[in-house]
Amino acid sequence: MVALTSDPIDLGSAHKYLQSDQAGAINFFLGVVRDNTANRAVDRLEYEAYDRMAISEMQKIADEACRRWTILRYVIIHRTGVLRVGETAVLIGVSTPHRGDSFDACRYVIDTIKQTVPIWKKEVLTDGEVWVNAHP
Amino acid sequence: MHQSLNVLLFGITRDIAGKSVVPFPLSGMATVSDLLDYLKQAYPPMAGISSLLVAVNGEYAEPATSLTATDEVAIIPPVSGG
Repeated sequence: MVALTSDPIDLGSAHKYLQSDQAGAINFFLGVVRDNTANRAVDRLEYEAYDRMAISEMQKIADEACRRWTILRYVIIHRTGVLRVGETAVLIGVSTPHRGDSFDACRYVIDTIKQTVPIWKKEVLTDGEVWVNAHP
Repeated sequence: MHQSLNVLLFGITRDIAGKSVVPFPLSGMATVSDLLDYLKQAYPPMAGISSLLVAVNGEYAEPATSLTATDEVAIIPPVSGG
């Protein structure tokens, strides 16, 4: 399943969703809000998405991952709105028969999300604001 | 006939324009590349952004893609999810 949410991401329900009797491995990646960027203190991150396209692009990534690896179940959830230090911005979870595929698929999904999915974050620092990646 | 297309802005492009939707006057054949030229002229700071892509009806579009008044068109500045 693929989702965008403005609510906190629940690891427990994602875990439950991924369980399968055929699964020998479940791998999670959590992207979390760090307290600094390039030695500047972060107050919060503000995420926004072009919802319909963010969902469809995340679904394309999931479909491609399912073509490349043997995946039993997957969860991809991205937060929107204001996030504080320590909060989970994105959760990727994959269950597979064997561990290698779950590591590889998880990594592929997060790396590709960062390249193609129309979601943007603004870092609100204690001394300014930056739209991440906007300028060379 | 002159029509205009509502263009959706996100992230830094919305901040630059100060609004989340801007009209793009459609006269004759207009392409994705014409739209980007128009926006960079109307809002010069947009020319300083690393890259600007355009989505038409929810899919990334090529510069030569033509636009019609019924398309849902969005400007996609560099993404930064995750």
